[in-house]
Amino acid sequence: MATVQLKSVEKAYAGHKVIHGVDLEIRDREFMVFVGPSGCGKSTLLRMIAGLEEITGGDLLIDGTRANDVSPDRRGLAMVFQSYALYPHMTVADNMGFALKLAKVPEAERNAKVAAAAKILKLEDYLDRKPKALSGGQRQRVAIGRAIVRAPKVFLFDEPLSNLDAALRVQMRIELARLHKELDATMIYVTHDQVEAMTLADRIVVLNAGKIEQVGRPLELYERPRNLFVAGFLGSPKMNFVETAVQSADATGVTVGLPGGHSIKIAAKPARVAKGDRVTLGVRAEHLVVDPAGALVGRADVVEHLGGEVLAYVDIGGSMVVAKLPGHDRIVVGDPVSLAIRDGGAILFDAKGEAMPALGA
Amino acid sequence: MNPKLVRKLALTVLAWSVAGIMFFPVAWMLVTAFKTEIDAVTPSLVFSPTFENFVVVDQRADYFKFAMNSVVIAFGSTILALALAVPAAYAMAFYPGRFTKDILLWMLSTKMLPAVGVLVPMYLIFRNTGLLDTRTGLIIVHTLVNLPIIVWMCYSFFKDIPNEILEAGRMDGARPREQLFYLLLPLTLPGIGSTALLAIILSWNEAFWSLNLSAANAAPLTAFIASFSSPEGLFWAKLSAASTMAVAPILIFGWLTQRQLVRGLTFGAVK
Ligand SMILES: Nc1ncnc2c1ncn2[C@@H]1O[C@H](COP(=O)(O)OP(=O)(O)O)[C@@H](O)[C@H]1O
Ligand SMILES: [Mg+2]
Repeated sequence: MATVQLKSVEKAYAGHKVIHGVDLEIRDREFMVFVGPSGCGKSTLLRMIAGLEEITGGDLLIDGTRANDVSPDRRGLAMVFQSYALYPHMTVADNMGFALKLAKVPEAERNAKVAAAAKILKLEDYLDRKPKALSGGQRQRVAIGRAIVRAPKVFLFDEPLSNLDAALRVQMRIELARLHKELDATMIYVTHDQVEAMTLADRIVVLNAGKIEQVGRPLELYERPRNLFVAGFLGSPKMNFVETAVQSADATGVTVGLPGGHSIKIAAKPARVAKGDRVTLGVRAEHLVVDPAGALVGRADVVEHLGGEVLAYVDIGGSMVVAKLPGHDRIVVGDPVSLAIRDGGAILFDAKGEAMPALGA
Repeated sequence: MNPKLVRKLALTVLAWSVAGIMFFPVAWMLVTAFKTEIDAVTPSLVFSPTFENFVVVDQRADYFKFAMNSVVIAFGSTILALALAVPAAYAMAFYPGRFTKDILLWMLSTKMLPAVGVLVPMYLIFRNTGLLDTRTGLIIVHTLVNLPIIVWMCYSFFKDIPNEILEAGRMDGARPREQLFYLLLPLTLPGIGSTALLAIILSWNEAFWSLNLSAANAAPLTAFIASFSSPEGLFWAKLSAASTMAVAPILIFGWLTQRQLVRGLTFGAVK
């Protein structure tokens, strides 16, 4: 059992608040990802859980017990740092066994545990090397090994893959997912990379400026973002936003204007808006299809043929909209394009940026 | 000729000239030590070398006793200074408080005060505590004199250690003492080693306090030289011989350890 609970957790540096009352529950054996732009407070939050940063307000509960004042090594957590933070003067084996040595675990037992972790991470051949003589990916594995050896209740990762090159990052991402299954442990993982968040997480916490924007399963957040921030942060290419106004709103939906003079009816509850209100129409690129009768009419401005798909940036009365089209589409720059939105593919955000609930939701 | 080569040549000549100018007085002292007193007053390099000066100097003063004092004081003060400076620098580097920067600057500023300004109070303190003319007394003084620079050096070495390594240590359960012995000291050993070498050299060459706070019992080699300079003011050859005997051990020591010294002092700078 390993759960972590945050209750109105705050952090202030010299009176300046950077975390504003975070409430969160991380469940047993969950892979929880904190994601958000750089500087939003992900690391600070993780480091408060780790005990490396003092909690200036609220409570941290580990397995239901208040842990605010428990020293880092007594919290039963292990952390993998962005810079790996390996001990440069120790061999791989000594790096991994350091915590056990400090805990006065007998040498035979220590060696067995290090060997077991090395096996999981395919590091058996490198145990006698110093970190300097390892590649980036191997160092990363040693850092993870150092955590595994301690058999912690919770693993903490702070952007562990951001120092690796793109190919290695994908490979390590897969290994981390495998590791999570194999170890069956609770993991809290910090990243600014939404792809890592989407692929690894059981649940994602989207943070912005020290506040939680939304918590939920990856697809839940992708499909039903609560606000403009979450909608824009998750997904690549970024969700299209078209600023517009309400033309009419009734029980059958909300009709909004489009650049170029057309209008479109969205199946959203009309509760919070009235005619004339400013709203933002959000559509993901894959929900746009070429359709001669489509309401979004413009010209292709930039076209990126990626092989399997085509990204067409279409200028619609001054607004740029990107559509993800099938790879065989032979669209070229300058072509006139009419796009339609797939059913259920549009989300309306009110003037405050909050998503409006869909009809029937 | 290619301009790069000219530049290199000019730099080489310049470096050798500077080194020559700096080494000249030492060389002159060495040469003079082997001259007779009559040859010593003429700046000639043609003379018949003699060991007479060394024999006379050794007869007149107990060189070995002075040398032992120097060794004990230099090593003693270095060990004591490191024992104080390492924990201090550790605290300053990793648990800085509001005044840490000020304290560091203040420590350095004590080096800007002329030592003679506090001579009388120091002398009285030493007399009243019975430390006058004791090795312990000089060890304490040399420790205090060298402490600011040693703390500064240790501080800068510790500052170069990435904080995350220590945090990893904390997560692994290393308490401050274990962080110090298992992580910090091994990682900064080259730097600390050269700091120690420097402290030994500085203490060996320290003259002001050694001369003023010691007499027959605890006087180190700097006092040994001085004892030949006052009554024998004009006996250049004997003074040179005494000086040579005083600086020889530390010169040889410096020569033997120079690689470590340079490696340690540039430690961090060339990571
Ligand atoms: N030691 C510190 N002192 C003052 N402000 C800090 C300190 N550490 C972080 N911050 C501030 O806290 C905010 C969150 O930082 P951080 O948690 O590192 O962000 P992230 O990991 O999401 O990029 C930033 O605005 C940063 O400037
Ligand atoms: Mg961070």
